[in-house]
Amino acid sequence: MKHSLNAVLLAAVLVSLIGCGSTKDGGTPTATFEPGSKVKTVFIPKSAGNPYFNQLEVGFERSADEFGVEYSTQAPESADATSQISVLKNQVQRGQHVIVISPNSPDALNEALDQAAAKGVTIITADADLVGHESHRTVGVLPVDFDTIGPAQIELLGSMIGYSGEFAILSATTDAPNQNAWIASMKDALEDPKFAGMSLVEIAYGDDEPQKSATETEALLVKHPNLKGIISPTTVGMAAAAQVFSQRGVYPGGKNAKGEGVVLTGLGTPNELRKFVENGVVPAFQLWDPADIGDVAAYLAAEITANGLEIKPGVVLNVPGKGEITVIKNNVVIAGTLVTFDADNIAEYQF
Amino acid sequence: MKSRWIVPLVLIFITLFVGWRTSPNFLDAQYLMEAATLFAEIGLIAIAMNFVITSGHIDLSVGSMTVLSACLTAKLLSSGVPMAVGIGAGILIGGTLGAANAALIHYLKASSFLVTVGTMALYRGIAQGIMGAKSEALPPGMKGIDTITFAGITVPLWILVLATVIGIIVMNRTVFGRYVISQGSNPKAAKYVGIPVAKMTTIVFVLSGLTCGAASLLMNSRYGLARHDFALGLELDAITMVVVGGTSIRGGQSDVLGTLMAFLLIAMLRTVMGIANISAEYQLAAIGLLLIFAVIFNRITIPNRRATASSPASKLS
Repeated sequence: MKHSLNAVLLAAVLVSLIGCGSTKDGGTPTATFEPGSKVKTVFIPKSAGNPYFNQLEVGFERSADEFGVEYSTQAPESADATSQISVLKNQVQRGQHVIVISPNSPDALNEALDQAAAKGVTIITADADLVGHESHRTVGVLPVDFDTIGPAQIELLGSMIGYSGEFAILSATTDAPNQNAWIASMKDALEDPKFAGMSLVEIAYGDDEPQKSATETEALLVKHPNLKGIISPTTVGMAAAAQVFSQRGVYPGGKNAKGEGVVLTGLGTPNELRKFVENGVVPAFQLWDPADIGDVAAYLAAEITANGLEIKPGVVLNVPGKGEITVIKNNVVIAGTLVTFDADNIAEYQF
Repeated sequence: MKSRWIVPLVLIFITLFVGWRTSPNFLDAQYLMEAATLFAEIGLIAIAMNFVITSGHIDLSVGSMTVLSACLTAKLLSSGVPMAVGIGAGILIGGTLGAANAALIHYLKASSFLVTVGTMALYRGIAQGIMGAKSEALPPGMKGIDTITFAGITVPLWILVLATVIGIIVMNRTVFGRYVISQGSNPKAAKYVGIPVAKMTTIVFVLSGLTCGAASLLMNSRYGLARHDFALGLELDAITMVVVGGTSIRGGQSDVLGTLMAFLLIAMLRTVMGIANISAEYQLAAIGLLLIFAVIFNRITIPNRRATASSPASKLS
């Protein structure tokens, strides 16, 4: 058949065409920075259309001009481990000086990150880190010091129940590492004489499923008639518990509140809990502000590229608007502190 | 209209032109080759998919066969198996999974669509069960095949070109290829004239599995590790390449060179959109549009050679 012969011939021509092109590879851009120009920085979130990352970008946008950063963002099409790789390659080719990424996997990106770094691009991780593979990035920006979460949550609940009475915790799964670390630090905080009047009566697990979390909340309310408060350090648990509190009317001021009622607080995102704060079911809760991560990452992008800042543990950064931040182990930088959201400020946060 | 591969080829040049005009750093041969190499595994699987589709079937389990082969091979290699054995095992595991598909289709008398929807979930489920959330790293000697070049072209692209040439010859110049086309064109008539339809179906699905096994090795080597969530949605990309390349989704008509052209087109299109910072949602929409236009174009230009009595549904059973 003549047709197939033609086809083979054409394939050969095409291959040699690409071959000829690739021998003259003088055009590969390396990320050389010219003093006085802006630091080209891109942020690659875990996925597109996620309000949490939109809030992180708010930080970049408001800080970019101040620090001399030319900022853009490009999301991968899905949140799996490898979809960020082609985005990474394209951004290197665009000539970015700095790539800030929330990695979808601690190790699947390593080869691609190393190739980018070899071309002179500075890699910064944001919000999530390459745990166990930190050498594949220059610095990691994490939202908040996780050790402060336990004490802050106990203090928040304590301040709302007069530092006395029984309370319970509604967690996610029994083996969620962050949850267990936070619960352990809550228990440590209770040793403080200030909280001597408060007693933790039960830890329930809602597995981060709305239905199971709701059932566990009902059980806590029935089993512990003297319960003064519930802390749910997970947004799914908090939203489910708030729904139960709303229906039962057991919150302070609710139609079935015994005495002062039961206070619900914990960790959650403003979008999930906004309606419960606005209708008074949840008086206050906490989380970090992802915009802090954007601010600090923009600062680092500029300082590392334009001013040759060298990152190593112990280095003290002076971030405008944030104060002094010390680089800790594994070149990690903590961007901010917990924010307490209540009826007065929740309208300012859209994530 | 025989040489439908001309269409994707023209579109490739339009894409390259648009890329050149819109992004200053786009026209860089080294970068374009690296970008195309990211898609080489999908292209390889698309060549085998061409045979599956031409024979009147479909294989939706290719992404899952690839990821399960990748995970099992990585586990084998990290347990100390020699590299050559690991490579052989990777390809054979893929072939075995393909044979399992063929056996289910044959003995359940079920459509390849239903069977491979099932094994798509099954194979990836097993991979996830074995790996959990963890990754399995490859031995250093197995890493980075995508960075090795021969005559200026990366090894995965060479393998793809080689597979295309073999595919063209087998499809157009061998009895096997004739049988595949005849079977897809009219399965009932093929049976009456003595074509071993059941055997052909088995061979085509084993071929698809073997190719996935080979692709899994390339993928493992490129990432330097294996994970259960690799190759997600790969089946759609592979089918898109086959259809955009001018092969009829209804079977019985094949253009293997067109599949290679469509591979280049999709790789370049995605690269152009990526470097132009077009958002992920619009990139997906553009690929979807391309597929729809290809289906419409093929419907207009491919003569329906099948007897009107055989409905499309009967061919999938």
